[in-house]
Amino acid sequence: MSTGNMNLTLKVWRQKNNKTKGALVDYKLSDISPDMSFLEMFDVLNEQLINKSEEPIVFDHDCREGICGSCSMFINGRPHGPKDLVTTCQLHMRSFKDGDTIVVEPWRAKAFPVIKDLTVDRTAFDRVIAAGGFISVNTGNAQDANALPIPKNQADAAFEAAACIGCGACVATCKNASAMLFVSAKISQLALLPQGQPERYRRVQSMVAQMDAEGFGNCTNTGACEAECPKGISLENIARMNRDFYAAKFVSEEDI
Amino acid sequence: MSELNSNIPEGELTQKWTKFKSSVPLVNPSNKRSIEVIVVGSGLAGASAAATLAEMGYKVKCFCFQDSPRRAHSIAAQGGINAAKNYQNDGDSTYRLFYDTIKGGDYRSREANVHRLAEVSANIIDQCVAQGVPLAREYGGLLDNRSFGGTQVQRTFYAAGQTGQQLLLGAYSALERQIGMGKVEMYTRHEMLEVVKIDGKARGIIARNLITGELERHFGHAVVLGTGGYGNVFYLSTNAMGSNVTAAWKAHKQGAYFANPCYTQIHPTCIPVSGDHQSKLTLMSESLRNDGRIWVPKKKDDTRKASEIPEDERDYYLERRYPAFGNLVPRDVASRAAKERCDAGYGVGASKLAVYLDFKANTERYGRIEASKSGIHNPDKETCMRLGTEVIKEKYGNLFDMYAQITGENPYETPMRIYPAVHYTMGGLWVDYNLMTTVPGLYCAGEANFSDHGANRLGASALMQGLADGYFVLPYTIGQYLSKEISVKAIPTDHPAFAEAEAKAKGILDTLINIRGTKSVDHFHKRLGHIMWEKCGMARNEKGLNEAILEIRALREEFWRDVRVPGTSDELNTELEKAGRVADFIELGELMCIDALNRNESCGGHFREEYQTEEGEAMRDDENYAYVAAWEFKEGVNFELHKEELKFENIKVAQRSYK
Amino acid sequence: MASFGNAFSSSIGKKLIMGITGLFLISFLLVHCFINSLIFVNDGGLTFNMGAHFMGTNWIIRAMEIVLFAGLLVHIYQGFRLWAQNRAARPERYAVNNGAANSKWYSRSMGLLGTLLLIFLIVHISKFWVKSRFTGIPTQDVNGNHDLFAVMVETFQNPALVLLYVLAMVSLAYHLLHGFASAFQTLGWNHKKYTPIIKSVGVWFSILISIIFAAMPVAMYLGLIK
Repeated sequence: MSTGNMNLTLKVWRQKNNKTKGALVDYKLSDISPDMSFLEMFDVLNEQLINKSEEPIVFDHDCREGICGSCSMFINGRPHGPKDLVTTCQLHMRSFKDGDTIVVEPWRAKAFPVIKDLTVDRTAFDRVIAAGGFISVNTGNAQDANALPIPKNQADAAFEAAACIGCGACVATCKNASAMLFVSAKISQLALLPQGQPERYRRVQSMVAQMDAEGFGNCTNTGACEAECPKGISLENIARMNRDFYAAKFVSEEDI
Repeated sequence: MSELNSNIPEGELTQKWTKFKSSVPLVNPSNKRSIEVIVVGSGLAGASAAATLAEMGYKVKCFCFQDSPRRAHSIAAQGGINAAKNYQNDGDSTYRLFYDTIKGGDYRSREANVHRLAEVSANIIDQCVAQGVPLAREYGGLLDNRSFGGTQVQRTFYAAGQTGQQLLLGAYSALERQIGMGKVEMYTRHEMLEVVKIDGKARGIIARNLITGELERHFGHAVVLGTGGYGNVFYLSTNAMGSNVTAAWKAHKQGAYFANPCYTQIHPTCIPVSGDHQSKLTLMSESLRNDGRIWVPKKKDDTRKASEIPEDERDYYLERRYPAFGNLVPRDVASRAAKERCDAGYGVGASKLAVYLDFKANTERYGRIEASKSGIHNPDKETCMRLGTEVIKEKYGNLFDMYAQITGENPYETPMRIYPAVHYTMGGLWVDYNLMTTVPGLYCAGEANFSDHGANRLGASALMQGLADGYFVLPYTIGQYLSKEISVKAIPTDHPAFAEAEAKAKGILDTLINIRGTKSVDHFHKRLGHIMWEKCGMARNEKGLNEAILEIRALREEFWRDVRVPGTSDELNTELEKAGRVADFIELGELMCIDALNRNESCGGHFREEYQTEEGEAMRDDENYAYVAAWEFKEGVNFELHKEELKFENIKVAQRSYK
Repeated sequence: MASFGNAFSSSIGKKLIMGITGLFLISFLLVHCFINSLIFVNDGGLTFNMGAHFMGTNWIIRAMEIVLFAGLLVHIYQGFRLWAQNRAARPERYAVNNGAANSKWYSRSMGLLGTLLLIFLIVHISKFWVKSRFTGIPTQDVNGNHDLFAVMVETFQNPALVLLYVLAMVSLAYHLLHGFASAFQTLGWNHKKYTPIIKSVGVWFSILISIIFAAMPVAMYLGLIK
């Protein structure tokens, strides 16, 4: 059983809504157990705030097992905190030391405006997917699933790209707030599969156009996105997207 | 007490669905364009239904409380999805899937629905693969399968430990495609707070824009709820923090019966609770039981480390009690067996509320196979373990990582500690064969309805049901209702029924804000969860349930007197959202206890201590309880029972045996 | 009618332009470095002046010079545009940002390094190229070629300039350390087998070419080359 023994200072971004300015606010927390998750530590803080009749800190979270992609905290200068390959909800307080000061900010990007406190609007990602992140197959149109064998390594590569949880850490950490890792992961997943071929070159063009329209920055290949991605999505996907984009623009005769 | 008509089509079991599909009235394309359907929820059931309805030509509005439809909790399902494809040539068939599901559900589900589910299961896999869902494959390029509890064939399709994620992203991409084409209007960060009924039919909803706090009125010729299960009534469960019963409960209060609320699935393999701070529980996929052996020490209160306990002092109690299925018995059986051992004092870990899930034997076995593949004869134990660990890593790597992350222990070296936790709720809104509730025009799909799993759900069946409902069932069956609605023009939302429903929703929000009590919403939620877990959890008895009902009523009274919701209702206010949900959970909790008390038998996920065999197995009472208990909400918080008799014409009802 | 559409104005198109012009400039660096290395023959600049004469009179080279300048200007212009757009993509900065945890400082500072190189280039071009092409080189060597070598030797007697050149070459090294491999990634040439080779070639190229360039002013200042 856990015993709470950590004392922490938190500096948390508080912002009432997208019309007001925000600021970092200090909070002291004591008796935090190292077995707590980072979000459970926030639960404790919020409970204290409510008991003091203050407004609790609003943050996105849902599954708390690292798969839904809701949680989105920028912790001590890194998305999802100091550990690699985990989301904020899977980060545990044993990754911190007694007496630490922890700065927590929301994702920051023009395309991800702050809604309140640590909650941001990531619907730009949905619009990018709506622009082409799919295979156009209506329900009931499918042939037998085994009619189309797919080499295991190709299926595995598609799966690795598909592991993206859409949390936006790549955008958050990129110095340019670029969304290329996210967008390329979806493009890659479908480009690697035979089912994705008919729309392959339309898809890359429309998704990139939507990504640009959303106001994300341009990729400069710093590799920060790959390093911070909680699901380890690879930069190879961006190269593949680039290739497909050139093929679509310079080889294909189709206009979109 | 009235009999419920489940509208099951006439004819032979295997022909019912085919005949239904070819005789159901159609809506012509030009009429579809002017018919609006509201879908609440964007998980497997909701997203697939919304996408398919839009593909068919209906005007669809889809709502979810999360920031994106892709975050629905279906995403967290790990293990797999069943389908009667018989790709492994191990004798699987539609009938076997049907039979296993009925048996697994302890003979408390509807034959016709389950058979339909088994029939469309194969279509789901085809559809998902066509969408680009990267299911696991073998080197030959064909799809791979694995086994799951309660079956003796390999029919489970999977994508590592992220099957739910991949299937949901498939449905999500289909939905986003329709959104992009303007055929679905998506409302994210919106929570449904009321069903609007006009002339007895569901005609729309009141939804709260969670960012602005504004209450919005939305019309629909029909309303579909795909809002998931209510496991969070226990506070601690494997459900997401936001999973709630509110939409279903509001529908219930508008006349939709709630069926079998007491059927709760307690999943046997979850990471044990580590302290009071715990906010949720994490599942370790059932697929681990394929390669993990469950045991406890033979000696009571054994404090030795797992590695120090020799083989002959270990009790592999599942293998001992159920030699035929061993570690692959259904979830309810495995859960109760773990509880039985822990209650008897054989539990492990600091809390003594855990059992071991040990991969050592199979790691070594895999290692031996790998060694012989690479030509190493008579490999030593160390080589075997090293090679075997690679195999285990390949199969379950992400689950092992998650376990290590949460517990701080290395599961490759020491056995996992696991304990049962609330995972799935088989109960839900009562629906007929068409998935329509007792409110005309109000449909319910996926975990939110009660339909297919009876008293216990087999592993890898929830994904199957959610997608079956959304892709292949509801879009057909809803035509039967909508074909009669083509002359109904869209009703303007200034209709008095909308105003009344909005006023009701607003009244609740205002009340919650204005109580200004002393205790947080979580405080009440935790207390409710404690009552439910202790008295309406893995084992229930008459005395406990009676106590629980009184305690929950008192808790409800206290909640409405003393809850503290900071902030206002015209902003993003997560405490207000939670308060509304917990208020509904409290009412539901009472109904669950009432239902559990009514059902004087043990079946599947409902285990009444008074009704067990001498060996401690569940004892059904088919004579008196082979029915669906559908509860009608009555003024105040009262409930009236209606029964739907379950007729088994194609399966011989028998005592479940996994021995 | 089919068109290239946003092929160059899109985010990927802009990167493409940066990558192609960057690789082109790298190829120029190779040529430039080769010609200038002729000073290490240490024959009083005769070989070097011959090379310079060839470069200054061959019409293909002169035509390429225009392309080179165009490429350079596009690289600079696009670089500034990307920098401004990328800054605008994050209007509110982080209070704490631990970039070192996930990327190299020079990868994040390409704009700064590029600006330093631009300042250097202005000095460099006005010192040598403007002289050799427009204002004229005052003396001729024994072969009758303009004695650019003499201009170099004279210029690099100024320790401040030598320091500027050395610092600029450090900037160049870091700019290339990122830019070389990055250009290949931008062009989509990412391959499990070839990328590691490209990366290590990039590192060696960046370091060697910068050292060779930096060695020239240093050697002249120290009088090792006369």
